[in-house]
Amino acid sequence: MPRRIFYWSAHYLLLGLYVLFALFPLFWLIKVALTPNDLLYSQGIRLWPSRTSLEHFRFVLTHSEFPLFFRNSLIVSSTTAVTVALISSACGYALSRFSFRGKPLLVALMLITQMFPLVMLVAPMFRLLAPLGLTNSLTGLVIVYSAFNAPFATLLMQSFFDAIPKELEEAALIDGATRFGAFRRVILPLTLPGIAATGGFVFTAAWSELLFALMLNSSPQASTFPVGLLSFVSKFSVDFGQMMAAGVLALIPACLFFVLIQRYLVRGLTAGAVKG
Amino acid sequence: MSAIDITGVSKRYGTTAVLHEITLAVAAGEFVVLVGPSGCGKSTLLRMIAGLEEVSAGEIRIGGRPVTNLPPKARDIAMVFQSYALYPHMSVADNMAYSLRLRRTSKEGVETAINAAAVKLGLGSLLERKPGALSGGQRQRVAMGRAIVRRPKAFLFDEPLSNLDARLREHMRAEIKKLHRELGATSIYVTHDQIEAMTLADRIVAMNGGHVQQVGSPLELYDRPANLFVAGFIGSPAMNMFPALFSHCQGRPTLVHAGFSLALDHDPALAEGAALTVGIRPEHILLGAGPLQSVVDLVEPTGLGTIAHLTLAGTALRAFTLARLPLTIGACVAVDMPPCRLHLFDADGDRVDRGTREIGARTLA
Repeated sequence: MPRRIFYWSAHYLLLGLYVLFALFPLFWLIKVALTPNDLLYSQGIRLWPSRTSLEHFRFVLTHSEFPLFFRNSLIVSSTTAVTVALISSACGYALSRFSFRGKPLLVALMLITQMFPLVMLVAPMFRLLAPLGLTNSLTGLVIVYSAFNAPFATLLMQSFFDAIPKELEEAALIDGATRFGAFRRVILPLTLPGIAATGGFVFTAAWSELLFALMLNSSPQASTFPVGLLSFVSKFSVDFGQMMAAGVLALIPACLFFVLIQRYLVRGLTAGAVKG
Repeated sequence: MSAIDITGVSKRYGTTAVLHEITLAVAAGEFVVLVGPSGCGKSTLLRMIAGLEEVSAGEIRIGGRPVTNLPPKARDIAMVFQSYALYPHMSVADNMAYSLRLRRTSKEGVETAINAAAVKLGLGSLLERKPGALSGGQRQRVAMGRAIVRRPKAFLFDEPLSNLDARLREHMRAEIKKLHRELGATSIYVTHDQIEAMTLADRIVAMNGGHVQQVGSPLELYDRPANLFVAGFIGSPAMNMFPALFSHCQGRPTLVHAGFSLALDHDPALAEGAALTVGIRPEHILLGAGPLQSVVDLVEPTGLGTIAHLTLAGTALRAFTLARLPLTIGACVAVDMPPCRLHLFDADGDRVDRGTREIGARTLA
């Protein structure tokens, strides 16, 4: 019995340590965002300041361009998520259900795109997009993000489609549906969790992307919020309070999104993992 | 109800042929069972009739109309899958209504059809449930319901009972037979279970290696198997087989085995010294009296009767008897193999018949 107690204590202690480790930066973000400027340096290492205020949030929302960045990020991320979800479900379905010439090569190519560092592609990408008028534009970012996320999302969707028995579709075909009808009425409703998971994954990836957003778009009109965060770094000082407040605000859409799809996500991930 | 005609149908995957020029005519209202070991091509043939698998060569007609290149929806057939393939996100009623709605049946029409099917299959109280909340037997029934609501030209069954436990399987087997009697629907049923084949079929099509081995009524296949494959596949416990040479002893046609010989009651007109395989069903071996002496290796009482494992001159035999004989393991028992019960197969494995009829694989396939 004591052995059992020891086991479970160690179990929870380790879990607790891990959670602490993972969430501490988040806690620090919120703590700094709530600390008034005059206490920021004097009480910098205290776990909680003696006085809190929302002044940083107020400033960020009213006196900075943050709402614009926020709006840009929202547009770019959700458009990317929807685009990639559509493309990857169509491609994933094809990879899962049809056999065609060059399929293994296609999959290999898709994997290869995931293998090298994106930094290498910044310069050629800029040269490619500039003449097309797609730099300093949200459309350009959506195209770039969609292109980079689609291969992985396609492989993810393929595994979701693979988990749905072929017979369901065949039953629908025999019941009198067309191939597309079977996809829409039978397969799609069953893959919704997978599509939601894929969409969530792509949304967060686009939401937090900095490299391309910084390199392709220099005008504030077309900047997303990760780039906006950098604007709190000035030549002589860093406005930590405002930066953290902006960061906290930026967490909201991602959190909301995951609360909304959470139910699907858990089901989706298990559906993809366990076949049958 | 429509007849189904299959003419010279083949299936190849790349260079591998899995079905070789199958020809089969199923009469309207007939219940035909395709039976064979796994990989014999029976499911592929069924899926080709359904339109789920492309036909490499040959023609399929349903009700006289060529359907070889038509999609499944244009063939007006219903299919029951081994995995049932119920739509998990739809209720039982919606599962059954799906095909009717696709055919733009009126709301009242859908309701009447579903209610009729629900009454017939005892699904009345389950209509609002999702498939996930049903037992295996209930799912099976819903799958049947989905097939019958539409009154299709033909029913196709792909091992529909394999996922059920033995007792339920027996029960559903009887229900399928009853349903077929009521609806009179043309049915093609695939199974690897020879008992299912024997009990359900009007006619059995025994398949092996992509070839039709024999077509006939269940008793025809049981009593006069066309070749060694059918002889070994149909019947449980399986037919006993042993090698023997054909010879004339004192003018009488005789089968000579290493340890014994059996006189025949007819002359099969074979060459002297022809190598044969002799088959006899376990229930046709007579125990307790006879000219041959065998040793009892094992006794399996089934309640109904007894299966005795015997060794006769080095050859293992199984005998089935309804009589409750006092058999002791290791003891000797007299056996007899009446010549009228023997099946003879030549070196190619084809039945050697008593002259008149030759129903070998080659003449049929």
